[in-house]
Amino acid sequence: MVDVTPGSVEAIPPAEVPEVELYHPHSWWTTYVFSQDAKVIAIQYSCTAIAIGMVALVLSWLMRLQLGFPGTFDFITPEAYYQFITMHGMIMVIYLLTALFLGGFGNYLIPLMVGARDMVFPYVNMLSYWIYLLAVLVLVASFFAPGGPTGAGWTLYPPQAIMQGTPGGQQAGIILMLVSLILFIIGFTMGGLNYVVTVLQGRTRGMTLMRMPLTVWGIFTATVMALLAFPALFVACVMMLFDRLLGTSFFMPAIVEMGEQLQHAGGSPILFQHLFWFFGHPEVYIVALPAFGIVSDLISTHARKNIFGYRMMVWAIVGIGALSFIVWAHHMYVSGMHPYFGFFFATTTLIIAIPTAIKVYNWVLTLWRGDIHLTIPMLFALAFIVTFVNGGLTGLFLGNVVVDVPLSDTMFVVAHFHMVMGVAPILVIFGAIYHWYPKITGRMLNEALGQFHFWATFLGAYLIFFPMHYLGLMGVPRRYNELGDMGLISDSAHHLNAFISVMAFIVGFAQLVFLFNLIWSIRHGREAGGNPWRATSLEWQTPETPPAHGNFGKELPIVYRWAYDYNVPGASQDFLPQNDPGDYAGAKGH
Amino acid sequence: MVVALLLVAVVVGSVVFHFLSPWWWTPIASNWAYIDNTIIVTFWITGVVFAAVVLFMAYCVFRFRHREGNTAHYEPENKRLETWLTVATGIGVAAMLAPGLFVWHQFVTVPADATEVEVVAQQWQWSYRLPGQDGKLGLSDTRLVTPENPLGLKPDDPNGQDDLIVEAADLHLPIDKPVKMLLRSLDVLHDFYVPEFRAKMDMVPGSVTYFWFTPTRTGSFEVLCAELCGQGHAFMRGIVMVDTPEDYLAWVGEQQTFAQLTGTQQTSAAEPTAP
Repeated sequence: MVDVTPGSVEAIPPAEVPEVELYHPHSWWTTYVFSQDAKVIAIQYSCTAIAIGMVALVLSWLMRLQLGFPGTFDFITPEAYYQFITMHGMIMVIYLLTALFLGGFGNYLIPLMVGARDMVFPYVNMLSYWIYLLAVLVLVASFFAPGGPTGAGWTLYPPQAIMQGTPGGQQAGIILMLVSLILFIIGFTMGGLNYVVTVLQGRTRGMTLMRMPLTVWGIFTATVMALLAFPALFVACVMMLFDRLLGTSFFMPAIVEMGEQLQHAGGSPILFQHLFWFFGHPEVYIVALPAFGIVSDLISTHARKNIFGYRMMVWAIVGIGALSFIVWAHHMYVSGMHPYFGFFFATTTLIIAIPTAIKVYNWVLTLWRGDIHLTIPMLFALAFIVTFVNGGLTGLFLGNVVVDVPLSDTMFVVAHFHMVMGVAPILVIFGAIYHWYPKITGRMLNEALGQFHFWATFLGAYLIFFPMHYLGLMGVPRRYNELGDMGLISDSAHHLNAFISVMAFIVGFAQLVFLFNLIWSIRHGREAGGNPWRATSLEWQTPETPPAHGNFGKELPIVYRWAYDYNVPGASQDFLPQNDPGDYAGAKGH
Repeated sequence: MVVALLLVAVVVGSVVFHFLSPWWWTPIASNWAYIDNTIIVTFWITGVVFAAVVLFMAYCVFRFRHREGNTAHYEPENKRLETWLTVATGIGVAAMLAPGLFVWHQFVTVPADATEVEVVAQQWQWSYRLPGQDGKLGLSDTRLVTPENPLGLKPDDPNGQDDLIVEAADLHLPIDKPVKMLLRSLDVLHDFYVPEFRAKMDMVPGSVTYFWFTPTRTGSFEVLCAELCGQGHAFMRGIVMVDTPEDYLAWVGEQQTFAQLTGTQQTSAAEPTAP
């Protein structure tokens, strides 16, 4: 790695290719609806993801009603309960988190942060959103289909997923679910190719890979992973559709269902699990890596200090991305696969803890000797570190094969993955929204409402999921709509369940306050100006706020330094924008 | 200040909760105390790391909070510190992984003297099969399942004739004898899980899975299905009784063999041995 001296003119390559002519919209429809501008597509993606996310929030309330107060609500039958958990999980993981991080933040931030006028393939980018919307509509349609949505659990394990004993298994539910996933993957691939090619080919002059903000690194690596991982889910969905509709037996062995012999034979249910988790484990990092990147930038900006160990951070992101493809079977320690796989997958899984730990150290070392402004984005970033460390450490329980044996399929797992890939990334999403909202709308979000939203969300979510681990340790299985008179479960555990449900309502309510803030501040928020956080990266240096079509006015910016020149000794202000050509004796960045 | 105090409160609260809350694992009833010990080791290592990271953050938030005239220190990298932290993390990870893999080796190595017991799952009940006098389980096939032959045994396999069939009832096991649980499902995925035994394994239609353990305490233990298996999942419960040797023999004496259950096949199977 060559350190590029800031200000040295040789470092800036000449403009070799003329700029590509942008697509210019001609009507209201092509400006705001069928738009090819990545910023508009980003907002479409985000609004759709948040809207379907609200459905998932309501579903989580419904299941907490059942778990906290079993037998009180007659309309929550076991079938309905399993439909709620399935749709909640699927929506949150795929249609909210993946779509919001990559389709939302990816679209908005990649072109602005690398100094491009737009994505490389704007038309395909537009199609990507519309196919995503179609996938969401198909998913929503399953709520209104006869028999309702599928209740197979978000993992959709066959054979039960396509059998009578599972809600929606022999009705439309599972079919619509699989079709919706297939559509989602098609739409995502269109967007994903855009993000990758734009990062590789669309960077402005001087923006070397090792000068990119970590947000871009995170989203870029996650997108590459998604392009490699989603095909596994795609084929699994197609094969299951064939099993369900055409009577093939990819995943279906000989089965006697309720005394009746089914016409399947010879298939392997575990094959599906391998395909699913070959996608499913990278998926965890597809959600986590953008969060890692974004939170690094939030911490650096609001602590007014360069990110500590930038190169280590980049290599950790890339290393985690690569390793995450050889750990998938740690979701399957008790699946009945060959037990010797356990040695391999436990080892790889615990090794991945090392680059992950490095990232955590570097975040807290960025705080060390910083100038910490406790803004709302910073609060969310701090809360992210707490919940991520907590959830990451419980991952060391579940990844260590023999410890997983008693804990898998219990509430411990539910607590772990909500902490690490639910709460932690969502806290980053909130932090990121508070951080970039001023750029997107030109106005600040309301600070007082933000404080309330932060404390209710962070402390509430911690109180929900921290005690939940201990229910799992006790042996409470997950995916039980009621525990009944289980001998091993004390009365106090039922009280704990009721407490968790009450907290879930409080946290959910705080999200409604946040939604209100989002809408109210568009008109009534304080004017933000172009760079309210006094940040270095290119999106804050645009001539207009919100950035106009084409992002950077007449001339694309030229990049002279990395994105983390805060409090450079000898500089006149506490930050140096990436396009600041000045030569400062103290600057050591890349 | 408030933020730093709250971060400290999160650590203190979590530690206090860990030691004082009434929610902890059930008293163990098998030989897998090793697993519990590995969990304890993991709790200590991860607990110390969690407390250290969050307390360090709290200190930073307090000590380096923004005040007028503050500037941050400019230090992009520190190779020594980064290397040192990486090595320390590696050691901590190895300290958890090594005992974990060691115990896993025991978990997957079934002792030679383990008795085989078959568990058969279907929506939403548990049945069992014991090998009978000859100590061998007969062959089975899902295709052979009928109301008269609920577990799908091969009628012409002599090893199966004396197998004891326990259909939709409690399982009894003798104390201190290692058992290899052979797990079979007739319809969908299930998972045989007894919290007090610490062990569990999925049951996969089309294949036979297993785990082994030695019951170490008599009593009645609840079997839970731990793999979502349809709308009756939460009600798929059963009982395993761990008995003294005398009680166990008495219970075995009350069970019916496959041959007794299917009277006609008994004669046909008995024919070859008659002459």
